[in-house]
Amino acid sequence: MSVERDYFLQIRGLVRWLTATVAIFLALVAGLVWYQHTSRGVKEPSFDSKIVVDPGKVQGAPSSEVGYRSKYDNPKRIATYATASRTPLEELQGTITPSDLHFERHHAGIPDIDPEQHELLIHGLVDRPIRLKLSDLKKYPSVSRICFIECSGNFRYGKREMTPGEVCGLTSQSEWTGVLLSTVLRDLGVRPEAKWLLAEGADGALMARSVPLQEALTEAIIAYGQNGEAIRPQQGYPMRLVIPGFEGNTQIKWLRRIELTDQPVMTREETSKYTEKVKNGKIRMFSLVMDARSIITYPAYPKRIEKGWQELRGIAWSGRGKVTKVLVSVDNGKSWQEAHLQGPVLEKAHTAFKLMWHWDGKPTRVLSRAIDETGYEQPTYKQLVKAREARGGYHFNPIVGWDIEKTGEAYLADVEDI
Amino acid sequence: MIRTRIAYLLIGCATASLTRCSPVDRVPATVHVQQEHTDWSTGLIAYEATWPDKFGIGRPADKKFIDRWDIDVRPDGKGLPKGRGLAKNGAAVYRKKCASCHGANGYEGPEDKLVTDPTGGNTIGNYWPYATTIFDYVRRAMPFDAPGSLTDQEVYDITAYLLYLNGIIEEGHVITEESLPRVEMPAKKRYVLDDRRGGPEIR
Repeated sequence: MSVERDYFLQIRGLVRWLTATVAIFLALVAGLVWYQHTSRGVKEPSFDSKIVVDPGKVQGAPSSEVGYRSKYDNPKRIATYATASRTPLEELQGTITPSDLHFERHHAGIPDIDPEQHELLIHGLVDRPIRLKLSDLKKYPSVSRICFIECSGNFRYGKREMTPGEVCGLTSQSEWTGVLLSTVLRDLGVRPEAKWLLAEGADGALMARSVPLQEALTEAIIAYGQNGEAIRPQQGYPMRLVIPGFEGNTQIKWLRRIELTDQPVMTREETSKYTEKVKNGKIRMFSLVMDARSIITYPAYPKRIEKGWQELRGIAWSGRGKVTKVLVSVDNGKSWQEAHLQGPVLEKAHTAFKLMWHWDGKPTRVLSRAIDETGYEQPTYKQLVKAREARGGYHFNPIVGWDIEKTGEAYLADVEDI
Repeated sequence: MIRTRIAYLLIGCATASLTRCSPVDRVPATVHVQQEHTDWSTGLIAYEATWPDKFGIGRPADKKFIDRWDIDVRPDGKGLPKGRGLAKNGAAVYRKKCASCHGANGYEGPEDKLVTDPTGGNTIGNYWPYATTIFDYVRRAMPFDAPGSLTDQEVYDITAYLLYLNGIIEEGHVITEESLPRVEMPAKKRYVLDDRRGGPEIR
């Protein structure tokens, strides 16, 4: 045997081995890919294993100082502008809005306020004007109340692909804790000619609103707590005014001054804004109370439903007291059924309503209509336009609904057609 | 014999009635839980009755402190500082500090339209009911990038200029703490107070 042939055989052997190795490797990879592609679900080992296949068989994360949401659940506020964001109503469970999802509306951004540097001045038509720090406020007898806060400019429509939060997500509900304004004023010697109060914020806009004293006194709260913790900066840290049922703009955040007066100041926010055109060319001002309203949050865009039974869900609220009834139609207004209201039904609070509905798979429209304890019935868009001779503006609270298509997809119904 | 029977009968009835009246038997089949009205103010009046007459919390605010913070200006002129504003001077301040947001003539935007033009929209001239509001708002919140930075003199001049641009005053009209509250705004007569009161009527 020649040396060349020996070499040739050695190289041939090497090449064969290499080819075989590569082939086996490729086959293994292909097999793994095929296995991963075809096998679904995790195979449990038949013996006690430390392999993480079941959270019930492994130690979880340790405790922590501050909790967190599941990484699988990511509700987000809907930020339309730099100065406003909306609550994703369709993502919420129950009626309390998580504080970090409370809607925002600010006119000069969110101020960074050190409570040690912040004071509330109460003066005007009182015998003894005072300055209060946050620590002072907390010394008064406290009060807690669950209620909604809604911006009076809370209605958007115009396309089918809109979520409940996009339509009217400028409403949120919290448990507010603070001191009743009447409790603080008790010491100050309010003069009989005091008929209004001016509330002013410490933000860049020094946001200011005049509010009739008598109407505000019974329920207004100087609040420092929200859902068990300090008010969030976006909602007015360290203190804000909460006037249950009133339009959000009056509930001054970052509150720094309350002046008792005999007449309204007529700030820009109660004249050029937060007023609405009504019939006969008039402009309505001091429209303070939020009228009754409702919205179905399921089924709603972008959700899709299956044929069969489902719980239709939504929220209803009124700034004039309790919601007494919510009527739901699953046949485009031909017939209306009374929805179940989740108790306890609170005054001036988001109230959850539900209705078990068997969808037969045919296209239809679902609608909801709130009725409050004054006998007010949430109007249709057409009724509002007729009453005001205006096609929008503040305090526009029409019935809205969802078109359910054959596929089960839900789209915002044309409000002008309801 | 009969007497014994009557005695037994009486004992029987007594036992029966005693059994029927026993506490266990008296519990009704359905328990009615008392439905109490519970709301935020439940028990508040009784709680208030336990409060002291005075809380004495906080510290008194003196006149100096109040004057520093009390910036609002009312339709009757209360709160206006002494001063004289002229549209001509306001034009210069406006160009420098307002025009970039409200447009060279007050209606081009991109922010709120201040001056009435043929394209419509709410302006000071066609929507604002009180002239004092211009002074109050400009002083408290403008310009957007430096709120509260204008002097009272600048605010007076801008107020005069905006009233002039809207055709409400003549160019030479002097705006003072006396004259500003007397400026009659065209939109004022359109304003009505809210008449919604709940109930079935839609307003």
